[in-house]
Amino acid sequence: MNIVLIQVVLIVVVIAVAAQLFRSRGERSQALRRIGLVLFAAIAVISILFPNVWNRVATLVGVGRGTDVVLYALVVAFLSFAGTTYIRFRDMEGRYTRLARRIALDEAELRNRPTESSES
Amino acid sequence: MSYDDVWVVVPLYNEGPVIGGVVQEVRATFAHVVCIDDGSSDDSAAAAEAAGAVVVRHPVNLGQGAALQTGFEYALSVPSMRWVVTFDADGQHQVSDVLAMLELAGSDDLDVVFGSRFLDDRTEAGFLKGLVLKAAVGYTNLTTGTRLTDAHNGLRVMSRDVVSRVDITQNRMAHASELVQQIGHLGIRYGESPVHILYTDYSRSKGQSLWNAVNILADLILR
Repeated sequence: MNIVLIQVVLIVVVIAVAAQLFRSRGERSQALRRIGLVLFAAIAVISILFPNVWNRVATLVGVGRGTDVVLYALVVAFLSFAGTTYIRFRDMEGRYTRLARRIALDEAELRNRPTESSES
Repeated sequence: MSYDDVWVVVPLYNEGPVIGGVVQEVRATFAHVVCIDDGSSDDSAAAAEAAGAVVVRHPVNLGQGAALQTGFEYALSVPSMRWVVTFDADGQHQVSDVLAMLELAGSDDLDVVFGSRFLDDRTEAGFLKGLVLKAAVGYTNLTTGTRLTDAHNGLRVMSRDVVSRVDITQNRMAHASELVQQIGHLGIRYGESPVHILYTDYSRSKGQSLWNAVNILADLILR
């Protein structure tokens, strides 16, 4: 039954990350992403210096080996990366659409104004 | 009867072979047609212009939803505009249906009239397409609180007030549901009118694949 704990933890984290990424944007989420990145780097350094840390974490949460914990963490990290990238691309598309629309409307006005004024 | 206050908005993407005929047919009744050329690689824009439409050119391809919103904004720049009609470029819509929709809007004092393929049995959609369209309208009704029989029909009549208050952000195909949702939120009077969609060999060959239903659903959920 040891495996249940890690399953619960991972499911909660995955759902929380997904919900967070699909809702929030702006300063707070950007700050959280940066904190996450710093933590990621710190943990990477620690695990390089003390490879056994992961084995201890693994026994703590009920997973067999340290490598499994790292794999699970990677899955979560990748999911959050995919989520943020999706949102950033979508926001960028929105801006780019408004820009293209402005160009299209301005150009149409330039092209159509002379004929309209000569008709009236 | 003059329809000088009606603007027909036609999103246009690579419909060169038919757009000239479509614009001519619409202009026999409605003087004002604006085609939004969504970065076509063929001669669509020139053909539409030759047939007498105003053409607004997207510098790059953005999608049908984006083209509609551009058309709305163009129409709003014309002070005399009272009604916008959204009309497909591939020739599957009928001008006679638009006249019936405008009449219904006038007689029942409606701000929006949606065209529906399922109010009578003139339109022959395939079984699977019919099923997907029914599922789509079921989902739209469920999530938007509206009561419609056909949510993904390109033929609509909208008043100036409504056009100025909607803002399509779904660039691709999910815009139809988005529009229904926004109109539902406005709390204005809307109705439906039966329309006949002509599934010609041409429109069938250009029609969207049913796989697109999956993409639309994903766009709507990840909104």
